[in-house]
Amino acid sequence: MNTFQQLGHNALTAFQRLGRAHLFLFAVLAGAPSLLPRLRLLIQQLFSVGVLSLVIIVVAGLFVGMVLGLQGYNTLVDFGAEESLGVMVALSLVRELGPVVAALLFAGRAGSALTAEIGLMKATEQLSGMEMMAVDPLKRVVAPRFVAGVLSMPLLAAIFSAVGVMGGYFVGVGLLGVDEGAFWSQMQSRVDFDEDIMNGVIKSIVFGVVVTWIAVFEGYDAVPTSAGVSRATTRTVVYASLAVLGLDFVLTALMFGEV
Amino acid sequence: MQNTRLVETLVGIFVAAGLAALFMLAMKVSNLNAFSDVEGYEVKAQFENIGGLKVLSAVSIGGVRIGRVSSIDFDQEDYEAVVTMMIDPKYNRLPTDTSASIFTSGLLGEQYIGLEPGGEEAFLKDGDNISLTQSAMVMEQIIGQFLFSKASEGAEAE
Amino acid sequence: MTDKKDNLVEARGLTFHFGSRVIFNGIDLDLQRGKVTAIMGPSGTGKTTLLRLIGGQIRPTAGTIHVDGHEVPRLSRRELFELRKRMGMLFQSGALLTDLSVFDNVAFPLREHTALPETMVRDLVLMKLEAVGLRGAQRLMPSELSGGMARRVALARAIALDPMMIMYDEPFTGQDPISMGVLVKLIRDLNEVLGLTSIIVSHDVAEASQIADYIYVLSQGVVVGQGTPDELHQSESEWVRQFMQGMPDGPVPFHYPAGDYAEELLSPGEGR
Repeated sequence: MNTFQQLGHNALTAFQRLGRAHLFLFAVLAGAPSLLPRLRLLIQQLFSVGVLSLVIIVVAGLFVGMVLGLQGYNTLVDFGAEESLGVMVALSLVRELGPVVAALLFAGRAGSALTAEIGLMKATEQLSGMEMMAVDPLKRVVAPRFVAGVLSMPLLAAIFSAVGVMGGYFVGVGLLGVDEGAFWSQMQSRVDFDEDIMNGVIKSIVFGVVVTWIAVFEGYDAVPTSAGVSRATTRTVVYASLAVLGLDFVLTALMFGEV
Repeated sequence: MQNTRLVETLVGIFVAAGLAALFMLAMKVSNLNAFSDVEGYEVKAQFENIGGLKVLSAVSIGGVRIGRVSSIDFDQEDYEAVVTMMIDPKYNRLPTDTSASIFTSGLLGEQYIGLEPGGEEAFLKDGDNISLTQSAMVMEQIIGQFLFSKASEGAEAE
Repeated sequence: MTDKKDNLVEARGLTFHFGSRVIFNGIDLDLQRGKVTAIMGPSGTGKTTLLRLIGGQIRPTAGTIHVDGHEVPRLSRRELFELRKRMGMLFQSGALLTDLSVFDNVAFPLREHTALPETMVRDLVLMKLEAVGLRGAQRLMPSELSGGMARRVALARAIALDPMMIMYDEPFTGQDPISMGVLVKLIRDLNEVLGLTSIIVSHDVAEASQIADYIYVLSQGVVVGQGTPDELHQSESEWVRQFMQGMPDGPVPFHYPAGDYAEELLSPGEGR
């Protein structure tokens, strides 16, 4: 094969995959309403996707907030503006770090697990078996996982930001002696609910959709062998992380670009 | 299944924690609790120069926040900026000769309107004007004046 | 042509290409209602593919398949799902759902497709598990089962909805002689007691001939032999005899097609 043919072949394969991924998404969305009478399936998945990600989100959020407090203080104190520490910590977390870091951790923790689980179900003919039992695996297996991921992501991001603000508070007010009143009041006067917090929530919902979509699709589309599943898991983490960072730029440009 | 209850409880805690975190971000971190813009009465004031004042900037009296700037306009007859403030209705006993000044919080902070109550018996009501105003201190002007006075001092010394 | 009512599954001119590979090239099959039919052939002849074609998971390139009078490839998704509720399929691996216990696995099709009260589901599940002799294992998880037990649980699950037919994909592969015997007996008994139609895909000649009423032998995408087990053992065809008696060389060559042996040994090799 010459180079151009190889290039064209790769491009066509990529487009085909993209097309399959979209058809897959529509099928999953069409299957989502059938979850309503069967909330137990969703709760089960909220547990494995959301609750089990909680520890890593809380710990990471706390440390990120503490580091922000420390670094922010060292910079701001040079300008005598250490009272703005609260603003800096809160805005960084709510606008960027909360949604983005939580989504990256989510991709690593829950996304890879989803891909591996669905891929293994495919490899062990469980999905095929369900189809032969006249049960649609998209509805029974994929839809609850997808919905659980989309619901969990904004909650996890909010927890990350809230814990991060607490971490910044511990370091800034507790250790470095920033005035407590100024820390909170400056934060409240400068962080806008619609502009900052809601935009952060919108970001995290978008990330939730994209990460979970990539994770369940990679699992469903995996080559049904152990090597295939492990490759799919790696792809989930790589693609989901890149998608989060790329989309974050686009969303930030749309939301905060032209004030 | 005996662990169903545990799973459901943990999911419940997770959802509650997420919503609580959102609530905390809304109430404690952001300005959502400051007060809503919908209620309140409007007072106008004209300034020569408003500096960096923006819509949503704070309006405070004695350091207490009582409202916010709801719109900023330019009057082409007087060549002055017209600032409309939305004041919380519970602060309805501001004398009509209250004065408004534009201050900066800290050296580099945001600008806000500070009100100084006067001694009149009548109170401001919706649509009233504040006539006593003091414009923003524009940093460049202050530095310019300072340098100019230094230069002239130097010239005198020679 | 045979009487249509007699045949549960009928394939005519069934052709299936996988990419550029020809898996089936115009095969005709008649699977009689209430009988055990074995589809046999060497590994790689697409026997599992045949089951997937019957189950409607893939569509043939050409030709028709009728199951109980319905032309499978033309059914809508909903009709296909309705038809599949009356088909059971036993996968080679068992394909049990690994996150559910044995009990819940067998209850799965009942809970998915019926609105039976939980007490009735329980009774039905226990009946099906008793039929395969694993009522005592109801609380185990699939990972705690041996391969033979997993297949029996899968069998209980396949008959949970009282289907009209069951397809077995290589049910005997990789089983020790005892579980093999258990499976042979189960398949035969279920077929008789429940009046099922059974399709067995296998290359285990001895076991398949033991339980099958009729055997099709496939090779290279065509039917090379068919008949009752006895007829096939006495087949004229050299090929069928080689397969049924398991001889290493014959019409199916021992060697994968290759160039001249001596020549290749002497050649310097294609610079790897």
